[in-house]
Amino acid sequence: MKTDDLIALLATGTAPVERHPVGRRYALAIGLGLAASGVLMLGTIGLLPDLAGAVRRPSFWVKVGFVATVAWGALVAAMRLSRPGPSLTWLPAALGAPVLVIWVLAAAALAGAAPGARAGLVLGTSWWACPWLIALLSLPVLVGVLWAMRGLAPTRLALAGTAAGLLAGALGALVYCLHCPEQAAPFVGSWYLLGMLIPSLVGALSGPVLLRW
Amino acid sequence: MTEQSGVDVTEECLRGWLLRGLVGDAPAYHDFLKAASVHLRAYFRRRLSRLPDDVEDLVQETLLAMHNQRQTYDVGLPLTAWMYGIARYKLVDLLRRRAVRELLTDPLDDDDARFLSSADSEAAEARRDLGKLLDRLPERHRLPIVHTKIEGRSVAETARLTGQSESAVKVGVHRGLKALAAMIRAEQRDEP
Repeated sequence: MKTDDLIALLATGTAPVERHPVGRRYALAIGLGLAASGVLMLGTIGLLPDLAGAVRRPSFWVKVGFVATVAWGALVAAMRLSRPGPSLTWLPAALGAPVLVIWVLAAAALAGAAPGARAGLVLGTSWWACPWLIALLSLPVLVGVLWAMRGLAPTRLALAGTAAGLLAGALGALVYCLHCPEQAAPFVGSWYLLGMLIPSLVGALSGPVLLRW
Repeated sequence: MTEQSGVDVTEECLRGWLLRGLVGDAPAYHDFLKAASVHLRAYFRRRLSRLPDDVEDLVQETLLAMHNQRQTYDVGLPLTAWMYGIARYKLVDLLRRRAVRELLTDPLDDDDARFLSSADSEAAEARRDLGKLLDRLPERHRLPIVHTKIEGRSVAETARLTGQSESAVKVGVHRGLKALAAMIRAEQRDEP
């Protein structure tokens, strides 16, 4: 087939395209993914018994703010990486800022604590479970976001997969906030971050395979 | 006229045609694809000087990819970045398969300006015959494409001819072109 024939074929009877395809697919993927993640959390580990008390403490909202900011940065990155030719110069700053803030708060908390109490601030009572539970709760969103990307046109597959994983990890962590008894910044800055990085790694490794088109 | 302003004019021109094409203006969309193919050919020919036989295949593959993914163009962003992103993706994909990066004479730089500053309108015959691949599609995809896109019939007419519903015809065209792109990829995987 000559290229001119292909062009004629593609242009003949062309229909108007769907508008806002990225936003629609992401809304669907995240909506269903978050719902599934919430059901998974309620059906396995359950809500924090003293959730009503926890939400009155500022430290709870610092934690939620950290996770939500990472989720926002990862969402913008993932949506941009779903289209060819993304501009990403702002990305390191947008994702670095919340991490830097939580680490500064963690350092301040550790500096102000008695030496014997510092290990407790970092490890809490659930450090061994936290990253794995966040990774588990992120799975439904990861599946959804990778599906959304597959229907679009990512051109930097490893980076796109990483962004999908980080978005899933941050949203999984957001759901986990409703279960987690830990509020200390040193805990959040280490184990929550690690929990979000596990799906990011999964995304980075699976992106080049799953997202090809 | 400086090279930069020439690039801007080309960008505006291509973008105008595509924007009209995206809302269903077929002649404008044809102009866009035609002009895009000229820039793609120059882009690939410069980077595949050791693999000249692959240039036209890659032009066609990229045009098909651009068509299948045309809804992902963000109208607020430069067209060049979008088009170049797809072209580069398809080029890297080919080179990865052939593992001949070291034969490249020109680095894969992010020089968008040069992308539009040269043109190559000498359309050659591709080695891969998309027509033959089209014949291998299942009837439910092939017939809607043949009737609406090769014979130029309307969707309603095609629906009557094939006994499908109008929405099935539209879906058939869309899925058929995606299946065509998938067949090209499968074919490339089978190559040594």
